[in-house]
Amino acid sequence: MASVVLQRLSTLIPAERILTRPAELASYESDGLTAFRARPDAIVVPETQEETIDIVRLCHELGIPFVARGSGTSLSGGSLPVANGIVIALNRLNRILHIDPTTRTAVVEPGVINTHVTQAASPFGLHYAPDPSSQSICTIGGNIAFNSGGAHCLKHGMTANHVLAIKAVLATGEVVEWGTGSREFIGPDWCGLFSGHEGLFGIALQITLQLLPKPDRFHTVLAGYQSLEQAGDAVAAIIASGLLPGAIEIMDALALEAAKAAVHADYPPGCEAVLIVELEGPREAVEVERTQLEAILSASRPVEMRPARDSAERLAIWKGRKSAFSAVGRLSPDFIVQDGVVPRRRLGEALRKIARMASESGIRVANVFHAGDGNLHPLILFDGRVPGALERAEQLAGRILKMCVEMGGSITGEHGIGMEKREFLPDMFSPAEIRLMERIHAAFDPKKISNPGKMFPAGTAPSLQLHGLHPLEKAGLASRE
Amino acid sequence: MSPTLTPSSVTELRDAILASARVSIEGARTKPALIASAGSSIGLRQLSGITEYDPEEFTFTALAGTPLREVIAALDSRNQRLPFDPMLVESGGTLGGAFASGLSGPGRHRHGGIRDFILGIRFMDGEGRLLRLGGKVVKNAAGFDVPKFFVGSLGCFGALVDLTFKVFPRPPAQLTLRFPTQHVEESVELITRLASSRWDCDALEIPTGARHVLARLAGPNRALNLMASDMGRALKREFTVEDPSIWAAMAEFAWSPPGHALAKVPLVPTSAVECAKVIGSLPTMQVHFSAACNVAFLSWADPTIHAALQTSLAQLGLEAMMLRGDPGGWCMGRRRVTQIEAAVKHAFDPLNRFPTLSR
Repeated sequence: MASVVLQRLSTLIPAERILTRPAELASYESDGLTAFRARPDAIVVPETQEETIDIVRLCHELGIPFVARGSGTSLSGGSLPVANGIVIALNRLNRILHIDPTTRTAVVEPGVINTHVTQAASPFGLHYAPDPSSQSICTIGGNIAFNSGGAHCLKHGMTANHVLAIKAVLATGEVVEWGTGSREFIGPDWCGLFSGHEGLFGIALQITLQLLPKPDRFHTVLAGYQSLEQAGDAVAAIIASGLLPGAIEIMDALALEAAKAAVHADYPPGCEAVLIVELEGPREAVEVERTQLEAILSASRPVEMRPARDSAERLAIWKGRKSAFSAVGRLSPDFIVQDGVVPRRRLGEALRKIARMASESGIRVANVFHAGDGNLHPLILFDGRVPGALERAEQLAGRILKMCVEMGGSITGEHGIGMEKREFLPDMFSPAEIRLMERIHAAFDPKKISNPGKMFPAGTAPSLQLHGLHPLEKAGLASRE
Repeated sequence: MSPTLTPSSVTELRDAILASARVSIEGARTKPALIASAGSSIGLRQLSGITEYDPEEFTFTALAGTPLREVIAALDSRNQRLPFDPMLVESGGTLGGAFASGLSGPGRHRHGGIRDFILGIRFMDGEGRLLRLGGKVVKNAAGFDVPKFFVGSLGCFGALVDLTFKVFPRPPAQLTLRFPTQHVEESVELITRLASSRWDCDALEIPTGARHVLARLAGPNRALNLMASDMGRALKREFTVEDPSIWAAMAEFAWSPPGHALAKVPLVPTSAVECAKVIGSLPTMQVHFSAACNVAFLSWADPTIHAALQTSLAQLGLEAMMLRGDPGGWCMGRRRVTQIEAAVKHAFDPLNRFPTLSR
C-alpha cells in the first residue's frame, strides 16, 4: 500500500491502531469460511463512530477497497479481505449505548457481541431473539450485514426483523439515519434493505434493536426416530396441528454420531434421526400445548421421547444441536457446509435426493437442519489431501444448491451469498434482476470499494479450498448453525 | 374518481406502463391521501386472486389487487392468519395497497408488521420488465431484501404484480380485556408494563380518549381465562371482557368519522403521553395508540389545524403519513431526506416513470 495512504490513515487514528506487520495481517486473512484467503494491506481499528466515518471517507476519496469486519464468523466468506485494501476491524466499537426497558429496545454499536445484548437486557426481563449458533462471538454488525438467522427463526424471524433503526456511513461517505426506534415507520423500509447487504453498502455505526420479553416457559422435547422420514412426518404433523413452536430441528445419524463423540451428547440408542421441538410462551398456554405436542409425537412412533425436565436438560439438548457442525467436522479432515432452503413439505424428498447424490459421488454427507423452515445444512465430508476429492465435494455442493432452487427454495437461508455462493446467484435470479441489484449496489457504492467481490458472480473467483475446522472452532470458541 | 387504466393481465399492465411517461399506481383507493395525482393512473384491482396457497408451508402468493377480505377468508378457512391484523379490510383494501403503504394493525405488536411477513414480490419496472425479488420459502437470504424495501414505498419504484407472504397458525381462541384508567399517563404506563410481561399479549391498544387499555390474549382457550385472572391479580386491577367484534371495527378505523382526516404516526412509547397532550389538544383531534404505543393514529375534522399540527409534529420529532385528507402532501412533520434516496430511486426507475416520495 502506498505510504501516502498509510500516512493519511495515521492522521485519522493513532499509528498503534494501524496494523501492517505480516504476523498481524495473517490473522485477518480469512473468516469462518476458510476456503478463501487474501492478505489485506492494513488493518485499521477505529474506536469511535467518528473515526470510522473518517476512514470510510478517506477510502472513498482515494478509492481504497475496505472490508468491515466484526468477529469474522461468516460462513460464506462474507468478510474475506481484499488484497490492496484495508480491513476496518470494528471490535472496539462495542458499546451497548442504551437499554430502554420502556421502549423495549437496545442501542448498540456494531462490534457488540450478539449474546451481550441479551445479557444486558436480561435484568429487565427482556432478550434479543436472533440466535445464530456463533452468538457467543459473532457481532451485531455482522449479523445485520448478513441478516443472520438461528434456530428460532420460524417464530421470531431473522436479524432484519429485529432492527428498528440504523445509523450508517455509506461507501460514499454519506452518513444516514434510518428509523426512529419505533417498531413502525413510514416511507420505504431502509433498515430492511440494509439488513443483508453483505457489506456492500457501507458500515452500520449504531443500531437500535427490538427486545422481546423473555419467554415465561419453555418446553423442549427430544424425540428419536428409526428413520429421517419418520422425523419429517412428525414435523408435518406438528405444522398441521396449528402449533407454532419456537424451534423445530432435526439431526441425522451421522450428525448424532459426531455430537455424541464431541460433546458426549446422549441420544436414544438405535436412532437414525433426532427431532428437537421447543414450545415457548406463557406457562398456562405451554401447559396446554405440551399435551397436544406429546400426543402428536406419540402418534409419530418415536423410539423414545425425552422432554427436558428442567433448564439444565434443555440446555444440554441445545448444546448437542448447536455443536453439531463443529462435531461433524471432527469426523473428516475437510468439509463444506451448505445452507439451502426447500419448501418444508419437500424436506423428505430433498434428503432422499441428497442421500442419492452423496452415494453416487461416494461422499459422506451429514445433515443438520432447521426443519421448521426448510433450511438444510448438509455437511459434505471429504479429505482435501486426496487428489480430486475437493472438486468432487464442490460438484456435489453445487448439485445440492441447484436442487434447492429447482424445488422452489433458495441457495441460502441464513449464511448469505458472500464469496461462496456468488456463482449460484444466477440460478435464483434472472439477468435483469441481477442487473437491478447491481444498480442498487452502485447507488450505495459507485466506486465499488465496500466489501468488493461479494454476492455478485465474478469470473475470477478462486476455487473453494476448505480445510477443516476454523481455528476458533478448534479452540471451542465458535460453532456453526 | 376511477383510474385511467385497469389492466387485467401482466401484458396489459406492461402496455399501460409503457403508454405514458408518468404513471401512478392505485388499488382500491381506501387510503386516498397516498395516491399520486401525476400522470396516468393505473388501477390494479383487476389483477386479483390468490395464485398459490400452501397451508403446510405457511405461505401464500396473491396478485397485488386481491382484496384483503379474500386473503383473510382463505387463510381463515385453514385456521391461519396474517398476524399483523391488516387494516381497511371490509372497506375493500387490497393486499398490494396494505403492503405499499406499510399499514399494519394491532396484531403487529406481538409478531411484527407487514415487513416481518413479506417473503417475495414480483413487480414491473418503468421499462416494462417483470422482476422477482425475495423468494417463496419462509427463509431466504439470497440477494438484497428488495421486498422489505418496498414496504411503505408508495408505488415509487414499480408496479406490484404479486406478493408472497409468510402466515402463522391462527390461535385457537382470543380474549380481549378492557382495563379502565384515569388518564393517558396511567394508560401508557399500563401498556408498557403489559408489553414486557410474561403474558405475551397479542395486541395492546389505547383507544381514543385514553381512558382504557385493551389487551388481547391469544392461545389455547383453556389457558386464556387462567391468564386473565392472573393478570388481574398481578396488576391489582379490575377488567371487563370486551366483545371481540371491536377488532373488526378498529380495522376499519370506525372511530374516525367519514370525512375526517386520518394519519399514521410512528412513535416510541415514551413519546405517547406528550403526543396525547400536545397533539390531542388540537381542536377536533382524536388520537388512538396502537401496537403498544408504537403508532398513533390521528383523526381530525378541522382543516384549519394543519399548520398547528405540522408544528406540533415537528416539535415532537414525529412524522405523519396521511391516509385520508389533504394537508398538502402525503407526509407531515419532520421528514429526513438523504442523498441516497435519489440515487436508489434512480436505480429502480431511471426513466422516472413512477412518482417520487417528495411529491
